[in-house]
Amino acid sequence: MNSKGARSFYLIPYYIWIALFVIAPIALVVYYSFFDLQGNLTLENYQNFFSSVYLRLTLSSFWYAFLVTFFSILIAYPTAYWLTKTKHKQLWLLLIIIPSWINLLLKTYAFIGIFGLYGPANKFLAAIGLGEQQILFTDFSFIFVSVYIFIPFMILPIFNSLDKLNPALMDASRDLGASSWMTFRKVIFPLTINGVKSGVQAVFIPALSLFVITRLIAGNKVITLGTAIEQQFLVTQNWGMGSTIAVFLILFMIIIMMLTGQREKGGSANGKTK
Amino acid sequence: MKSIIQATVAILVASALLLYGVSVLEKSSATTGGGSITVYNWGEYIDPELVQQFEDETNINVVYETFDSNEAMMTKIEQGGTSYDVAMPSEYAIEKMKENDLLIPIDSEKIPNLTNIDPYFLDLPFDPGNEYSIPYFWGTVGIAYNPTLLEGQTFESWDDLWDPTLKQEVILVDSAREVIGMGLNSLGYSLNSTDVSELREATDKLKTLGPNTKAIIGDEIVEMMRREEAAVALTWSGQAADMMWINENIDYSVPEEGSNLWFDNMVIPKTSSNVEGAHAFINFMLDAEVAAQNADYVGYSTPNQAAIEIMDPEVTGDERFYPPEELRERLEVYENLGLEMLGIYNELFLEFKMDMEN
Repeated sequence: MNSKGARSFYLIPYYIWIALFVIAPIALVVYYSFFDLQGNLTLENYQNFFSSVYLRLTLSSFWYAFLVTFFSILIAYPTAYWLTKTKHKQLWLLLIIIPSWINLLLKTYAFIGIFGLYGPANKFLAAIGLGEQQILFTDFSFIFVSVYIFIPFMILPIFNSLDKLNPALMDASRDLGASSWMTFRKVIFPLTINGVKSGVQAVFIPALSLFVITRLIAGNKVITLGTAIEQQFLVTQNWGMGSTIAVFLILFMIIIMMLTGQREKGGSANGKTK
Repeated sequence: MKSIIQATVAILVASALLLYGVSVLEKSSATTGGGSITVYNWGEYIDPELVQQFEDETNINVVYETFDSNEAMMTKIEQGGTSYDVAMPSEYAIEKMKENDLLIPIDSEKIPNLTNIDPYFLDLPFDPGNEYSIPYFWGTVGIAYNPTLLEGQTFESWDDLWDPTLKQEVILVDSAREVIGMGLNSLGYSLNSTDVSELREATDKLKTLGPNTKAIIGDEIVEMMRREEAAVALTWSGQAADMMWINENIDYSVPEEGSNLWFDNMVIPKTSSNVEGAHAFINFMLDAEVAAQNADYVGYSTPNQAAIEIMDPEVTGDERFYPPEELRERLEVYENLGLEMLGIYNELFLEFKMDMEN
């Protein structure tokens, strides 16, 4: 069989999938965003987006998504680094991945109990003499639970890029007199930046539209674009406005993908080319 | 390549086996005729034993699904897909469903138990002559509170929620009409207000409730109050009854400025594929014994006079849950304000959530 023909033949399912489940839904969302409640063609929804609560909502979503991503990197990078140094890498990695198989809602409900006034977290605080604190329904609990949920998606790509790093490069750096901090800053980090970028994509983008955690853990004191979209579709039944917010969310995602996109510059340093 | 084919075959075989298993299970549960009906109800809004009893008596298999807002329910029914046979919307939702032609008229001849219903709850403005709906439960919106966690505060007025001693103690229900309506009522306005300046005033007042607001959540309120995580909650009467069932310290009051009086009703949506079965189910739920057992379980107030007569007079004489008619006069029923207005209510609610003072 002609290999070129065979290749395009095998690609047919992929194209059908992309057309049905990626292009068609996005096209529908864009289409609906141009209609108001009465079904008239209009740009009113876009005007509304810029002149009301939605703009501030976007800013606050970005702020919280940024915090979630920031703390995820802060914890994930050292964890991933340590993982590459351990003996039973695969076992540890599995232990980190397993919780991400559990339903998001279940994990979230568990935290309602843990962070409650009479939950273990407060028992601990009381035992070390800090007294009972309101943990649930605060910014802290929101960030904590979100980071907990997203962290496997940050650890994995960073781990992969660290694991592929050629140890000879670090030896060379040390031989040439660099301190370990300098080695990290000038050699390790730049070579694993792509892992961090993939991690940011996998965390920041979903964090923009979280809405289960905002309600259950933050008591709706934190609201994101996801909350607004859900309300527009299910409560107000204003599909036009809901779609408009979704269009902006998609635009933000594209921008973030571009910013964190991986550009190939010559051969990659670890000797493998993708 | 070979292993890919092997894996594909294995998955296909496993799927076929599962499919066969499901069909066998479905057959065994629906063999005895009568077919099946799909009931679409609010969460925790029926005694599951009664569903079982209905299945045993009629041989009709019941598929039970739940929703958490009238709007979500209507959206799903409008989209079709699932053939819901019985649903339990509130009064303003019925008005809208009638408008959108989503309901099948009810044949009252097939519901002999309709005579059990207190005439006060029949022929209401949202459905004259009960052409499309049969009363299921009714209740109010008010304040559930736990005096053991408070220092003697009472809640005769909505303004009592703004008491500075209630810092971080008040939970609000995550529903635009209830919360904005409370703001309107506290200012002496109608909770069906469509006056934008009144709505703005109510929202601005609500924002000052921020320091007292612990959270804005849904059904989790019941658990929070039961476990004494919070002292005060804006909630529905039946949720308050649920809380009291477990935690006897909790009390409930409807503030005197007025509040919402609501009726949930059984309807047969256009999606129904078993209209006979739906009628049978509605009639079954109106039976005196069944309605009494259901009211005991659910905790909301039943409109079923025959059931009230056989229920514990201590329950049905409780004016917090069965307010006498003159008290009900102070309360308002939600009107269908139209989508445009609903959008404004929701945008203001969103603004309230964003701008709550801390």
